[in-house]
Amino acid sequence: MSIGLHNSAFKNPVIRWVDSRLPIFSMMQNEYGTFPTPKNFNYFWNFGALAMINLMIMIATGIFLAMHYTPHVSMAFDSVERIMRDVNYGWLFRYVHANGASMFFIVVYIHIWRGMWYGSYKAPRELLWIIGVVIFLLMMATAFMGYVLPWGQMSFWGATVITNLFSAFPIVGDHIVTLLWGGFSVDNPTLNRFFSLHFLLPFVIFGVVFLHVAALHITGSNNPLGIDVKSPADTLPFHPYYTAKDSVGMVVYFIVFACLVFFAPNYLGDPANYIPANPMVTPTHIVPEWYFLPYYAILRAVPDKLGGVVLMFGSILVWFILPWLDTSPVRSMRFRPIAKWFLLLWGISFGVLMYCGGKPPEGIYVVLSRVATLYYFAWFLVILPVLGRLERPLPLPESIAKPVLRGGGPLPAGAMAKPMEKA
Amino acid sequence: MADHLAPAGAPHAAGEHAADGTTKRDFLILATGGFAAIAAGAMAWPFISSMNPARDVLALSTTEADIGAVPVGGALTLMWRGKPVFVRHRSPTEVEAAKTVDMGELRDPQADSARVKPGKAEWLVVIGVCTHLGCVPLGQKPTDPRGEFNGWFCPCHGSHYDTSGRIRKGPAPANLAVPTYAFTTDTQIKIG
Repeated sequence: MSIGLHNSAFKNPVIRWVDSRLPIFSMMQNEYGTFPTPKNFNYFWNFGALAMINLMIMIATGIFLAMHYTPHVSMAFDSVERIMRDVNYGWLFRYVHANGASMFFIVVYIHIWRGMWYGSYKAPRELLWIIGVVIFLLMMATAFMGYVLPWGQMSFWGATVITNLFSAFPIVGDHIVTLLWGGFSVDNPTLNRFFSLHFLLPFVIFGVVFLHVAALHITGSNNPLGIDVKSPADTLPFHPYYTAKDSVGMVVYFIVFACLVFFAPNYLGDPANYIPANPMVTPTHIVPEWYFLPYYAILRAVPDKLGGVVLMFGSILVWFILPWLDTSPVRSMRFRPIAKWFLLLWGISFGVLMYCGGKPPEGIYVVLSRVATLYYFAWFLVILPVLGRLERPLPLPESIAKPVLRGGGPLPAGAMAKPMEKA
Repeated sequence: MADHLAPAGAPHAAGEHAADGTTKRDFLILATGGFAAIAAGAMAWPFISSMNPARDVLALSTTEADIGAVPVGGALTLMWRGKPVFVRHRSPTEVEAAKTVDMGELRDPQADSARVKPGKAEWLVVIGVCTHLGCVPLGQKPTDPRGEFNGWFCPCHGSHYDTSGRIRKGPAPANLAVPTYAFTTDTQIKIG
């Protein structure tokens, strides 16, 4: 090959011609074909690919919904009903898009949990993790603004409550809220800008996902043992091994998705959002969508406006410094006999917060929310930093290949614990 | 993978169908690819279908009008499916002019009788969209230019239509289209 052209390994003359000038085929082959991937992935490692598929489904259905939607306070609700009744397959797109948001959060929550359980945030993957948190924040903003678009009662009052969060900040708070609204209440200018941003942000997410994947392909994937890849014997080419494994997960994912869309499309939604927005009447019980409930519970657990808002934002911002809060040199919880129980308890506290967030802010629910909030932060700010120094981790396997192949001497205790987990 | 499922006695799994060089793996790849193609088509269908007219749009696809008040020589413009429909109450001389044209002169030969309802030759109903590039020709208002054939004249690119709405001169390839319509009474028409 002459100087200036990429030395392509492809034989097909057309592919070779393109690849020599723009090595996209080589890139795909290197990143998704022969890419060396730890051989011991379990099904938790499906969820990144599932999130990618979910994002594409949301963008596809969203673009087609936008062809029929009208972002105006007097027409938005009716245009959504028209999508449901008159547009060919409009009902399908709207239900796939609405439940797709829920599926996206289910998938991403499991993806994040996987990262926490197996220590995927630790060096050298700190930036990969941080980019992931950025994606999650963008997702939350996108989901929130998307929920406003149908202009039902929950859309309107959800938008009112969430935008009012910013009024908690001293001095600038009210100005920020006016800026967000483009007026003196949630109204047509708000709806217009939310539509514009709801359309834009998924493409921003797509770009940041690209960075997430690019960073992943520098460090390589973590694995259930949390130990580094030491030799080619520890890896498999991504294709066909993990394309096949991801396909299995995809089938299960689509079954769950289809059950939601076709049998319980409104199960995760709020009936009050089928009442057109009325700025004069607040529904008796305002709840966000299920995926925001934990943060909503934290907000309500604090008896101080600014404190609640700060803790609510802090509950996610603390994830940014997670790589430095965790002082243990061991990644996978498989080899952390004490920490794994505390992390499990943290997962339960997250679940308790999700439960309490959907209940009225009174009585036992407030007490539960406060206990769970306390533990939520205690795990990150106290237990993780301290435990890393005190805990004695189990012995790590020599390599991924050793316990998998049952070769080379006695098995480490950790690998013995769950021998079936190697899929 | 699939090759390993070949019977134990087979000399070489991949060579099981060596006669024509195909293997089980070829079959599996083809079957998988086939199903993937069907699934992709099934997914694409709702997306494409959603871009077709929605049911409320289709429900608006008929227009009714009373044309009794249109004087001889006068015209009425209706809207049907978002497009103008020209209704012209033709004078006997205009009808005569339309009927007596030599078919050889026409670019898109069509007898006037084929463009009006039987016994209603004084009423011409055509879609008011030039068959060239979709402009609305002039000729509905008394002050409009009607072109060299006293029908309609399209100002965009200079197409001339006659009193039967047929193309006579200019770039348009076809006559003004006659929509599906019917007289529900002597003076009522229903388009669509």
